[in-house]
Amino acid sequence: MSSDNTFSLNLKIWRQKGCNTEGKLVDYRVDQVSPDMSFLEMIDVLNEQLVRKGEDPIAFDHDCREGICGMCSMMIDGKAHGGFKNTTTCQVHMRLYKNGDTIVVEPFRASAFPIVKDLAVDRSSIDKVMMKGGYISANTGNAQDGNSILIPKPIADEAMDAAACIGCGACVASCPNGSGMLFMGAKISQLALLPQGQPEAPQRALNMVHEHDTLGFGNCTNHAECEATCPKGISIEHIARMNREYIKAAFTYHEKTRSE
Amino acid sequence: MAINLDAKSPAGDLKDKWNKHKFDSKLVNPANKRKFTVIVVGTGLAGGSAAATLAELGYNVLSFCIQDSPRRAHSIAAQGGINAAKNYPNDGDSVKRLFYDTIKGGDYRAREANVYRLAEVSNNIIDQMVSQGVPFAREYGGYLDNRSFGGSQVSRTFYARGQTGQQLLLGAYSGMMKMVSKGKIKMYNRREMMDLVTINGKARGIIVRNLITGELERYAADAVLLCTGGYGNVYFLSTNAMTSNASAAFRCYKRGAAFANPCFTQIHPTCIPVHGDYQSKLTLMSESLRNDGRVWVPKKENDPRKPADIPEEERDYYLERVYPSFGNLAPRDVSSRQAKYRYDEGKGVGPTKQAVYLDFADAIKRLGQETIAGRYGNLFEMYERITGDDPYKTPMMIYPAVHYTMGGLWVDYNLQSTVPGLHVLGEANFSDHGANRLGASALMQGLADGYFVAPNTVSHYLASTTLEKVTTEDPAFKDAEQAVILQTSKLLGVKGKRTVDDFHKALGHIMWEKVGMARNEAGLKSAIEGIRKLREEFWKDVNVPGDVGNFNLELHKATRVADYLELGELMALDALERKESCGGHFREEYQTPDGEAKRDDENFAHVAVWEYTGSNSSPIRHKEELKFEYLQLATRSYK
Repeated sequence: MSSDNTFSLNLKIWRQKGCNTEGKLVDYRVDQVSPDMSFLEMIDVLNEQLVRKGEDPIAFDHDCREGICGMCSMMIDGKAHGGFKNTTTCQVHMRLYKNGDTIVVEPFRASAFPIVKDLAVDRSSIDKVMMKGGYISANTGNAQDGNSILIPKPIADEAMDAAACIGCGACVASCPNGSGMLFMGAKISQLALLPQGQPEAPQRALNMVHEHDTLGFGNCTNHAECEATCPKGISIEHIARMNREYIKAAFTYHEKTRSE
Repeated sequence: MAINLDAKSPAGDLKDKWNKHKFDSKLVNPANKRKFTVIVVGTGLAGGSAAATLAELGYNVLSFCIQDSPRRAHSIAAQGGINAAKNYPNDGDSVKRLFYDTIKGGDYRAREANVYRLAEVSNNIIDQMVSQGVPFAREYGGYLDNRSFGGSQVSRTFYARGQTGQQLLLGAYSGMMKMVSKGKIKMYNRREMMDLVTINGKARGIIVRNLITGELERYAADAVLLCTGGYGNVYFLSTNAMTSNASAAFRCYKRGAAFANPCFTQIHPTCIPVHGDYQSKLTLMSESLRNDGRVWVPKKENDPRKPADIPEEERDYYLERVYPSFGNLAPRDVSSRQAKYRYDEGKGVGPTKQAVYLDFADAIKRLGQETIAGRYGNLFEMYERITGDDPYKTPMMIYPAVHYTMGGLWVDYNLQSTVPGLHVLGEANFSDHGANRLGASALMQGLADGYFVAPNTVSHYLASTTLEKVTTEDPAFKDAEQAVILQTSKLLGVKGKRTVDDFHKALGHIMWEKVGMARNEAGLKSAIEGIRKLREEFWKDVNVPGDVGNFNLELHKATRVADYLELGELMALDALERKESCGGHFREEYQTPDGEAKRDDENFAHVAVWEYTGSNSSPIRHKEELKFEYLQLATRSYK
């Protein structure tokens, strides 16, 4: 590590004690930022400073720190995960910034994501949408040989593109409507592409979309901000496929055959 | 206290053991299953698959995870793949070969019956995952694709790009979500297990902390499944997630669950090297990269040239040189040790010298950049994001890092610990990987335990055990809760000067230097002394600000580090007592003339099982002798 290329930053960070209290932006300064640090390691350094002063460190969600668990969030300068292509906050590195920069850090904001504390939000609404059909009902022990279901490579690849969603909620936070159609569409699309997903496809589309709307996620009006900020590069084509699935189900799937 | 280390391996031929055992197990009648409640702690591959399957069977499942959603458990970060003995490529694979590779890979320190069962159910896992819509890589004909991993000479690894763990975990998670919506799983997010509650010698519940409110909560059940992963974060820097921790398992150890082989740690050879003191974690670069990447260092010591300027004849492709038959796919422990030797010889590269090259130039020349991008594109992107270097143009720099712990709570064939009713699954137990785990076998074990083993053995436990009615008003719950409250106020009351991370980093430094890739008697003794001293300082000088409520992340870290400071000592003690080298445990005093691990089968072909005896006395080391009935103990060679 060379110490000569470190630099200083000004941060404006959202502090809020709890869900029902008021929050505000607070100014902090961090020195000795190394270009090789990750954004979260820079916040770690700030938190160590705060703890040494006996102050309450900044709460933020994070876990794997390798861009796959979907736990980290943050709006960095108004953009989910900082708005760098295919990058989660934990993978943003400080070499993208320069000495004297001022960075504004806020939590993901959406009516379906209430604030827990500071930069941490409650995204359990994502799980609730998944509970309404983001699965194939294949109980353990039923499965036939894996190769008895042939799936053409291009289809498997497209399903994998959709399945890459990490459930971080950046799509919701960056959408002017607070819509969850990208993460939900990705799951509906993945399972609609695969033969295993067909038997439950109509209920899945109808039930998940209904739950999504009930939980306070907004509708999609084709801004495509979600696609631009998605750290896994998931395309809004999956929203289009979800819409087709939904319309198909709405016209052809009859109430009396509906299971729930 | 006498502990019972009967492994309960069923009698009979290896091939028939599991089937016979399932038939001999008692069943719970479908209508009675709803009368039982099972706690599952952790929602990774082991916990997620166990919770979903037990709920499908009809049990009431209470599931706990430390993150904000069960989908975030660290199994999600596994990149490369999952092994199974399908033999789809027709390259000579079989259940027996997977069994053999796993025992040999573990340097003959795992139990035969458990490992055979693992190999046996491996194929069911692939089928189950396909049926759940996991988009495994396919060939053009629509068939499942395979690749190779270290320590085997067949292609048996199934994968989903570089995100296999993610796809499998989301499969298990989707099964959980289905059962949550049906009301058979009650999900508790942002909870950390603080203690195990035993009543009449049986595991009957847990105390958890609600991480947001800070409140302690009590949950009672008929059995407890611990699926909380490994303890690699003792080292501070590892490839584990930030909240991956040892506390749940360690608290169980203190409640009577014996701890097996704590010194067996896997140091993975291909991680992005450390770059600064501020570093919070290390990132793995999948072992699958060694299918096409070639590992090398300059032949000259302290060679200042850029890699591109070093001609072919001045490079040492040391894995290919030392292990001609396995080459770059030598197993993890062996490859890590060889990287360390190069560093010791002064041939390391990069600014810290703690790195070797992993070079794709030949593969790109042979196959084209597009093919390489198809195989490893996301890994290459990740590498570039972290380091700023483009691996299509310049070789990656990699170095070993702590990745996995083979040791864990001791379990018998039923995955039950020495505490009746406490079952331990996945990385949290010690059972299948011996002294070294092969690549793509952790996902296999987690799912084998959760989908196929525990649902059978837990049912047997519930059917064959007298379980008194228990409520959370039982004094045992109150006592356990009081102990947690006491510890918490003690931590908050120290009000010292050093941060929790200060202590954790200091511990990590001792562990990496003295209980890391190479260990020796003097180093281990000084590690034990150093850890004891550090632990004393911790309780005198740690600074945990704030109070118990209000999402106090420093307090959460502090409780985990308090446990690491004890577990670290146990690891060093176990390493000191195991006077041989095997797998990831390399004692410098016991090596062959060419620097390979030298096992001592006469004295150490056993599992070291540690029993907790209290805070003021030393733990007792018991042995479970390993009998090799089907495989011959042999020197492990990859040459």
